[in-house]
Amino acid sequence: MKRSLFGRFWPNATAVVLFVGFAFPVYWMFATAFKPTGDIITDDPVWFPTDATLEHFKTAVDADHFWTLVLNSVTVTLLSVACSLVIALLAAFALTRMRFKGRRGLIVTFMLAQMAPWEVLIIAMYMIVRDNDMLDSLVPLTAFYTMMVLPLTILTLRGYIAAVPKELEESAMVDGCTRPQAFVKVIFPLLAPGLMATSLFGFITAWNEFPLVLILNKSAEKQTLPLWLSQFQTAFGDDWGATMAASSLFALPILILFIFLQRKAVSGLTDGAVKG
Amino acid sequence: MSVQTEGTDTAGEPAVRKARVPASPRGDDRTFGAPSRRRAAAPYLLLLPALLATLVLLGWPLVKNGMLSFQNLNPRQLIQHLTEWNGVDNYEEVLTAEEFWRVVERSVFFTAVNVALIMVLGTLIGLLLARLGKRMRLLLLFGLVLAWAMPVIAATTVYKWLFAQRFGVVNWVLDKLGWHSMADHNWLETQFSTFAVVTLLLVWQSIPFVAINLYAATTTIPRELYEAAALDGAGTWKGFTSVTLPFLRPFLYATTFLEVIWIFKAFPQIFAMNEGGPDHLTETLPIYAFVEGVGNQHFGLGAAISFLTIAVLLVITSYYLRMVLKQEEDEL
Repeated sequence: MKRSLFGRFWPNATAVVLFVGFAFPVYWMFATAFKPTGDIITDDPVWFPTDATLEHFKTAVDADHFWTLVLNSVTVTLLSVACSLVIALLAAFALTRMRFKGRRGLIVTFMLAQMAPWEVLIIAMYMIVRDNDMLDSLVPLTAFYTMMVLPLTILTLRGYIAAVPKELEESAMVDGCTRPQAFVKVIFPLLAPGLMATSLFGFITAWNEFPLVLILNKSAEKQTLPLWLSQFQTAFGDDWGATMAASSLFALPILILFIFLQRKAVSGLTDGAVKG
Repeated sequence: MSVQTEGTDTAGEPAVRKARVPASPRGDDRTFGAPSRRRAAAPYLLLLPALLATLVLLGWPLVKNGMLSFQNLNPRQLIQHLTEWNGVDNYEEVLTAEEFWRVVERSVFFTAVNVALIMVLGTLIGLLLARLGKRMRLLLLFGLVLAWAMPVIAATTVYKWLFAQRFGVVNWVLDKLGWHSMADHNWLETQFSTFAVVTLLLVWQSIPFVAINLYAATTTIPRELYEAAALDGAGTWKGFTSVTLPFLRPFLYATTFLEVIWIFKAFPQIFAMNEGGPDHLTETLPIYAFVEGVGNQHFGLGAAISFLTIAVLLVITSYYLRMVLKQEEDEL
């Protein structure tokens, strides 16, 4: 009796402490965003925003180019995720369902590409983009973000396609489907969870990307939200209310996506990450 | 016939199927009514976009970086579009500078500390998740997912606010706990405390991946293994070391490898926190390459540092990388 009480108490207590530790920064971001400035600039923290206000959100949204940057971020992210999904689906299908010379080498290539050190290649990327007169454009950003998520997308989708029994495809073809038709009608619907998981991670990568846009796009209306947010605090001094409101606005889409897709994403990640 | 017959596709299938068609086109190709040359080209056509993207968007920057690293490229050459080759001068300059070796040492140490913390704490939390009741597990999972899903720059900004010198909640707590000298502490003033904040941020953000993955892995351990171990007289600890740990080993290897890469390359967290300051003291290799190359506009030198950074990363990960590549070859 005593043993089981002891056995349940400590794990549960630890879990609560850990929950607070992990959730607190996120809570503090939202809480600060809603607090009137007087409750932020105070000697004793106000733990719960009782006089909630939207003034900080207004400051953030009214900041120069905010909506342009939202549009930029959304465009670049969605386009690069869509491109990488299409390219990866074709490649993953060939790699899992067909045999040909050089297949092994290609898989290894994509595995190596998955650990590409983008963070240190930005000087070269800057030179390439500059030499082609494409600085301050969303096109190279979209292209590079597509490539940043492509290898993981290929390797993960490969796992999902391999998990679909080949017999399903074969019987569809016996029923008169061509191979592409069999793919669209039979495999594609079964890939839905895999597509969701991979696009979530692609979405996060592209939405978050910071170093590249930092050096490629200097003009204010061609930047993306992460860069804007990193400079926001400098621009607004110590207006932590507005800074936290801006952070909340930036984080919210991902938090919502993640909470909705979490279960599928996690199982997808376990399959994909551990395999590849 | 240009189509290879050995491959992974059939590896997991019954031997009968594998043996059925030793050297002829496989059964499922028979209704694919195209002439055989088109069939042979099909995989290459499907892979063409991926290959082109890789060559242009990854291969080109790599080659370009290699070329830049052998050039004397500063603002003057950049503006006048001059190409001045200078052989291995950049590498010589970097490798003989004390600064570079200090940054290498710092990066390796920083990576080691972070990855060790992440793996140990992440594993413990993963095992805790497996022990908890359903409700508590959901609660903790929710907290972990929140931290995991926070975009990097937003998280970095929030940490700057938590650790803000004035009105930051961390200093308030430390003051209340009796640590009064911390009431107005500037965390970004010294190398050690800046790294402490960055480490806390990275560990906080990385643990969920390890813990949740590990928990997912423990759910796939067959119960029978524990029962068999118990029959052999194994206690809780022995059960852990003889069943859980060996079973989780591949996951632990894989996640450690991924964390090493991520932490070593961590850029936005350090850069957005304090731009590698105070006084360049928190520059790790990627930040050093960026500050030298882009910030100080020594592009050729920066490119050389970039390649050396990749070399260091390859050395650190070579053991695991070799293992993975070998494994993949065996599978094929």
